[in-house]
Amino acid sequence: MSTEATPNLAGADGAAQAAPELAETGAVVETPFKRFVSEFFESRVAMGALFTLVAIIVAAILAPLITPQDPYDLGQVDIMDGRLPPGSEAFAEYTMVLGSDGAGRDLYSAILYGLRISLAVGITSGLIAIAIGMSVGLLAAYVGGRVEAIIMRIVDLQLSFPAALVALMLVALLGKGIDKIILALVVAQWAYYARTVRGSALVERSKEYVEAAASLGLSHARIMFRHILPNCLAPLIVVGTIQTAHAIALEATLSFLGVGLPQTEPSLGVLIANGFEYMLSGKYWISVFPGLALLITIVSINLVGDQLRDVLNPRLKR
Amino acid sequence: MTEQASSSVPLIEIQGVSKRFVKRLDFAGKLARRLGAGLEEETVHAVDGVDLSIAQGEVVGLVGESGCGKSTLGRMVAGIMPPSDGAVLYKGRDIASLSGDDKLEATFAVQMIFQDPFSSLNPRMRVEDIVGEAPVVHGLVSGNGKSDYVDEILTKVGLDPALKRRYPHQFSGGQRQRIGIARALAVKPKFLVCDEAIAALDVSIQAQVINLFMDLREEFDLTYLFISHDLSVVEHISERVVIMYLGRVVEAAQAEALFAAPNHPYARALLSEVPRLDQRKRDFQPIKGEIPSPLDPPPGCHFHPRCPQAFEACSSARPMLKTIAPDRISACHLND
Amino acid sequence: MTAVDETMENPEIQRDDETAPTLVVENLKTHFFTRIGAVKAVDDVSFSVKTGEILGLAGESGSGKSITGFSILGLIDPPGRVVSGAIRFKGEDLVTATPERLQDLRGNRIAMIFQDPMMTLNPVLRIDTQMIEAIQAHRKMDKKAARQRAYDALEMTGIPSPGERLNAYPHQLSGGMRQRVAIAIAFLNEPDLIIADEPTTALDVTIQAQILHEAQALCKRTGTAMIWITHDLAVVAGLADRIAVMYAGRIVETGVTDDVIDKPLHPYSVGLLGSVPSANKRGERLNQIPGMTPNLIGLPPGCAFKARCPRASDQCDATPEVSELLPGRKIRCHHPHFEEAAQ
Repeated sequence: MSTEATPNLAGADGAAQAAPELAETGAVVETPFKRFVSEFFESRVAMGALFTLVAIIVAAILAPLITPQDPYDLGQVDIMDGRLPPGSEAFAEYTMVLGSDGAGRDLYSAILYGLRISLAVGITSGLIAIAIGMSVGLLAAYVGGRVEAIIMRIVDLQLSFPAALVALMLVALLGKGIDKIILALVVAQWAYYARTVRGSALVERSKEYVEAAASLGLSHARIMFRHILPNCLAPLIVVGTIQTAHAIALEATLSFLGVGLPQTEPSLGVLIANGFEYMLSGKYWISVFPGLALLITIVSINLVGDQLRDVLNPRLKR
Repeated sequence: MTEQASSSVPLIEIQGVSKRFVKRLDFAGKLARRLGAGLEEETVHAVDGVDLSIAQGEVVGLVGESGCGKSTLGRMVAGIMPPSDGAVLYKGRDIASLSGDDKLEATFAVQMIFQDPFSSLNPRMRVEDIVGEAPVVHGLVSGNGKSDYVDEILTKVGLDPALKRRYPHQFSGGQRQRIGIARALAVKPKFLVCDEAIAALDVSIQAQVINLFMDLREEFDLTYLFISHDLSVVEHISERVVIMYLGRVVEAAQAEALFAAPNHPYARALLSEVPRLDQRKRDFQPIKGEIPSPLDPPPGCHFHPRCPQAFEACSSARPMLKTIAPDRISACHLND
Repeated sequence: MTAVDETMENPEIQRDDETAPTLVVENLKTHFFTRIGAVKAVDDVSFSVKTGEILGLAGESGSGKSITGFSILGLIDPPGRVVSGAIRFKGEDLVTATPERLQDLRGNRIAMIFQDPMMTLNPVLRIDTQMIEAIQAHRKMDKKAARQRAYDALEMTGIPSPGERLNAYPHQLSGGMRQRVAIAIAFLNEPDLIIADEPTTALDVTIQAQILHEAQALCKRTGTAMIWITHDLAVVAGLADRIAVMYAGRIVETGVTDDVIDKPLHPYSVGLLGSVPSANKRGERLNQIPGMTPNLIGLPPGCAFKARCPRASDQCDATPEVSELLPGRKIRCHHPHFEEAAQ
């Protein structure tokens, strides 16, 4: 652009300006949702990722029905089945397609149950963090002034620490357990949502429909939650998806380090940690398969999130 | 009976209203000033001591170029923005001092029609909610009656009620502006502030909306403050015209008199420079210079650096608004 | 490079020849192929502009007036495409020209002024840098001479203290100033044709008057042909020599400014002029055109205005051809306001 001096001709810009005139005449025939769906599926990668993600979630939900063993039920776990390679026959006469871990848990079953925990922790902490971050960010943008300054400085402070560090400190303080890890993840994440919502709410707040709502005598709460909030959801969904992937990875990290979930409720992180000591003795499967499951889950969530961002961000529109 | 009592009291009265926007220094700025950087808080006098009274049923046009404060004044009248100084009176009572039902009444009475038919409608709400929300929330109609009420209002502004389940993006610019008008009408206003309400519309659609404004005025006995930079529209619709320049009123008069013989040099310049269909192949002889920044307006008369007739007094003393003829005021030292 | 040298000399020869139009557009069709159907944004448009002439291209949003301008400059990007027709600039067809050739013509022989001057100006470069680059991109000139030329061009637009403006960045200038700089850049290389796309729409009345004044004076002085695209008939009434009125992708009426404004022939022009407030008495209802501008997707055949036209008949289901009813008055209508105009 800069070397191609002749600035009065910028070709791409010229055609970009041509577009609005078309938009004006081409009264939209499709609903926004239909357009959203068709644009989302324009990318084959995103379609594959969404399909994978749905399959993973369904498998995790149906885990008790489609696995041969309940890895949490100590009665079903036989220590004699420990560290069997993939395809071995278990004592209870089923094939361990992915082998077993050191405690004799069928890895296939353990991975699906682990996914349940990982997804549940990731999504629950995400939802709670969204609810908190959204309200705080919305309040900051709407009220402005000192309230906004205080809230945003806290957010800045929080964001200047790595999320992993914050979560690690909290878990170390609180101890093990699902509820504690969710709490730690919420604390580590809410600030991202607060900042995202505040950013888009600031833009929305300055629009005329908000002034109109005010001049109609509607309450502040109604203007904030019924008028401004629905228009801030698009970036929130995008950040939410990607943050959920982060939360899952973070939980796995904490569990891997041994400060997350207890051995009796193995999440993917715990499974990977358990197998780690056997890696060098050639029993790769104990760590690698849970690791792969984690990788596929996180990558597919991120791919879906990327596509959501492309479709929902008007500035990237062609 | 109240009609008679209120006939002497203007519907809306603006008394010495000013609006200042102060760009405060943030923490870093304050620190920099402490350390000796010449940073100052910047103050924009968007509106500077404006008086205006509007009688029941009147149509007042408010004209000026960008930075003259016409939109800010309109927003203060509509109660969207509080004035920094002065008061806005509704039927003789200061709106800021009202509470409870009186306040709600004043809020409903003054509604605003916005310029941008896109950003003035909430894109995530259906038309029936955009129009029907406030009446239901405030109990003007019941939840069950909302649908019929919305139908009635949409019909009044010339929209097909069958379209009320749609979202704003499914309408054209002109239709959206009608939705905005319907939203205002739904709370039974007495006074509409139209801020460049037709500026964003196509020429053929502008005429439709102007006609709609005039029809509604008759039907609902509405009073208008019609803010526009488009003099031909203001000339057409207004009975009285107020011209502003950099936050101050420079001239106000009955439309006919003002357009026939503008008194203030700025009014003259403005009127002669509006492109008109009946002025063909003219040799444009524009007034010189830029509109000064409202951050740092010229001293004395704000217009003096561009004024062809300026003399010494203009750069030192602010000319006051004087009655120069019945029902006509102008702020120019030439009238002294 | 030889082609460039030729055109560098050509203008002088061509300018003496008053009769040859600078630009001839013939049966231009520019369509956009979208997912929900083809949009005939420009549909069979023909017109010409002579040396030193200002043509006002008037129309509402979606009428295709801007797309016509972009088509001439070869700035239509997919999904849009010039489907057929010819754009002859001084005898050379621009539709079939190579991108390199178009690149060379743009900013040199043909310039554009946009509604937003920031389309022209690079926000991170000083005005003089941009203007000197714009000159040196098309001709060999040392920096000092180029700077002098930039200074002269700014001075021509009536900008106060041009020397200071040269050292400024775009953000230091007001909207009106920026537009003046954009106009100066457009005139830098003494183009034969300038396409101005609503350059005064975003400006205030007094600033608009200044810009109109300067654009008009510059065209007369340099003999540059100009296409002034606008939605505001009042602006072109005072500026243009001839007017072309567009509606839904077609030119419905062309003629000398006075004729079109005083005695419009096409019902759309009649309606449009009737709906302008200043032409009416105060407080009376305006003669509004009913309905709204049509959706260009799936536009039915025939005259696009028939749904809103008070004179429409079954005949209007067939697309009206361009006819020259009076000398210099071309219109596309089965039922023109001929009787009224004849009076």
